[in-house]
Amino acid sequence: MNLEFTEEMVMLQDSLNKFLQNEYDFESRQKSSRNGIGYSEDNWQGFAEMGLLGVPFEDEFGGFGFGQTGLIVVMEAIGKGLVLEPYLSSVVLGGQIIQRAGTQAQKEEILPKLIGGEMKLAFAYVERQARYNLSDVQFKAEKKGDQFVLNGLKSVVFNAETADKIIVSVRTSGESISKDGISLFIVDKDAAGLSLRNYETVDGLRASEVSLNNVTVDSSALVGTLDEAFPVIEYTIDSASAATCSEGVGVVNQLREKTVEYLKTRKQFEKTIGNFQVLQHRVVDMFMTEEQMRSLSYLAAIKVAADDNADERTKSVSAAKVYLGDARAICGEQAAQLHGGIGVTDELDVAHYVKRLAMINTLFGDRDYHLQRFSQV
Amino acid sequence: MDLNYSPEDQKFQLEVREFLTNEYPADIQKKVANGIKLVKEDYVRWQKILAKKGWVAPGWPEEFGGPGWTPVQKYIFDEECGLVDSLRTVAFGLVMLAPVLMKFGTDEQREKYLGDIYNSDVWWCQGYSEPNAGSDLASLQTKAIKDDSGENYIVNGTKIWTTQGHYADMMFALVRTSQEDKKQKGISFLLIDMNTPGITVDPIVTVDGMHVVNQVFLEDVKVPVENLVGTEGLGWTIAKSLLMHERTYIAQVPRSKKQIERLKKIATKELYNGKPLIEDATFKAKISAVEIELMALEMTNLRVLSKLAAGDAPGAESSLLKVKGTEVQQSITALLMEAVGYFGFPYSKEVMLNDWQEEAIGPEEAAVLAPHYFDWRKSSIYGGSNEIQKNIMAKAVLGL
Repeated sequence: MNLEFTEEMVMLQDSLNKFLQNEYDFESRQKSSRNGIGYSEDNWQGFAEMGLLGVPFEDEFGGFGFGQTGLIVVMEAIGKGLVLEPYLSSVVLGGQIIQRAGTQAQKEEILPKLIGGEMKLAFAYVERQARYNLSDVQFKAEKKGDQFVLNGLKSVVFNAETADKIIVSVRTSGESISKDGISLFIVDKDAAGLSLRNYETVDGLRASEVSLNNVTVDSSALVGTLDEAFPVIEYTIDSASAATCSEGVGVVNQLREKTVEYLKTRKQFEKTIGNFQVLQHRVVDMFMTEEQMRSLSYLAAIKVAADDNADERTKSVSAAKVYLGDARAICGEQAAQLHGGIGVTDELDVAHYVKRLAMINTLFGDRDYHLQRFSQV
Repeated sequence: MDLNYSPEDQKFQLEVREFLTNEYPADIQKKVANGIKLVKEDYVRWQKILAKKGWVAPGWPEEFGGPGWTPVQKYIFDEECGLVDSLRTVAFGLVMLAPVLMKFGTDEQREKYLGDIYNSDVWWCQGYSEPNAGSDLASLQTKAIKDDSGENYIVNGTKIWTTQGHYADMMFALVRTSQEDKKQKGISFLLIDMNTPGITVDPIVTVDGMHVVNQVFLEDVKVPVENLVGTEGLGWTIAKSLLMHERTYIAQVPRSKKQIERLKKIATKELYNGKPLIEDATFKAKISAVEIELMALEMTNLRVLSKLAAGDAPGAESSLLKVKGTEVQQSITALLMEAVGYFGFPYSKEVMLNDWQEEAIGPEEAAVLAPHYFDWRKSSIYGGSNEIQKNIMAKAVLGL
């Protein structure tokens, strides 16, 4: 047993933290968030140079081969910096689907470019009626000769407008909600018949409604086996959920640090408010939650990386996600409360951490969904 | 013990219902129901309709133009207003300042201000909090010093979280008129014309992207001494009586009932595993838990009313109502956001201000729900934070 990061991972962590400290102050982050694409392309290229975009991928395509545990380091830092760049969309979701299920040709075509910062992906899996059920897929593809014709609407697709290619989960056979009969296709964003409705999200990112109207693709656009994509989707969403839990640890870490700092400086009733026991206990709760979240995020990453027992993977990922959901109140709401009025203003970074923490509870299924999922294993 | 309304009260209930059906503007109703931002014109329009009917100030004594309702009738009125998503009147003038003027003001002040408050011709804001005086309100530092003529106070300082300060014609403010050994002692209650030179109102944008609160800077602002309410040093006593009114006002039971109805409506439309979300056992149980809290709160509220009807003054119960009321409101905003799942993500300032003018992204109701959840964190902070309310109860009720 060893629960420490490798030396290489620690080095990566250091250079990433340094980058975020020097280049990613809150004001720049806010400016990027509102620049139309929702992040800084310069930062993205910086990530590529640092090797960040290759963390989970195998060496043969130019990756670091760190896998899921490598993502812990990256995602915690992303949480701390409230990073906007499309790491989750492009690397964790899109790239990992290609690595796991893509053909050799797809991997060779996509992964080196993705790792080099020359190509970005997005993953479209949410549907209007599905809520968090990944197999509730009504988006259709019909086979016509050697080709497939795609029709449907996908919702809340993060970073679709800046992606070069969008991976779409599609029903190719079977009843809606059935786990059988789901396939994955990769579609060029500029394909005829594909249209986007882009918008900002509450937590400062960008997403789109992605509509496909008779988009025709060759069978080479199929990712993985026809009708049998569900396990790939489930594994990838588990991987992304575990990564998001690490992001949550970073977010909570900053909320805790900033709140403690505030308690040490804000004076009321002739003393710093950190003297009041009732407030001390709240930040202690934040601290304990942060440590427990960190533990569960490590466990989830280890189980996802091991990839040998789907039940254990499900349980550990859902456990981490439940804890993340609880942190919304214990860490997010309390951080705002302890800051008082200033904690609910747009101008203070704390409010933006609070928003991100609440929104990643929703992402990939909220607390209730994961509690149910855990209990059903 | 019974909860039934008397025949007269039932008649009154019908009268209120009929009035709201006929007179409450549909466009304002739609904004309130959909959680769209309300502007000055909305408030003034509705308050003038209420004033014409004689119902804009249920809390005022009849001699000042109040309707002379019993506490039960006031409750019925609130309840009926809640049921139709009625716009709540702005509290600063009607609910907060007016009773202060009645109790502590001079005849001239009552004469000068009450009529304009009643008719919504003058918009008031509250100048209490300061950057360094939040929970510890009595530590406020805005100074009012008499000039050489003795006819004016010269006011210097900064007020913050001034709700609708950018709409306001007048501010009632707590200012320090003398330095005393006990900080509560040197505070006075002053009425300030917002058009006086030296006043700057800076917007503060909140977490939902909206501008409702402000920071107000006062630099050598000249205020005539006749704008002092009560005597110098009486400000803290006045502030406490006023905050009690504010706290009972923010329990908002009828509004929460309406919000739960809205939540159930959304959960009936939203699907999960091919079935309405409201059939999901976990989600249903969470709605029930909030309903139970609200049920208790309503009954507590009624018990307080019943005591008031018997002639008692509101006491520390207003703190209980504030804490529990805001907790219920916050739980509901969280459930509303959860109900729409991924559709809590899309944000549009345009929709927050003007509702959807094109096809909605996902459920029509969704776009405002996450911003409201974040914004409503303020309710456990304002009006005396919930921590302060608990301190009050510990001291005043439990004797600790």
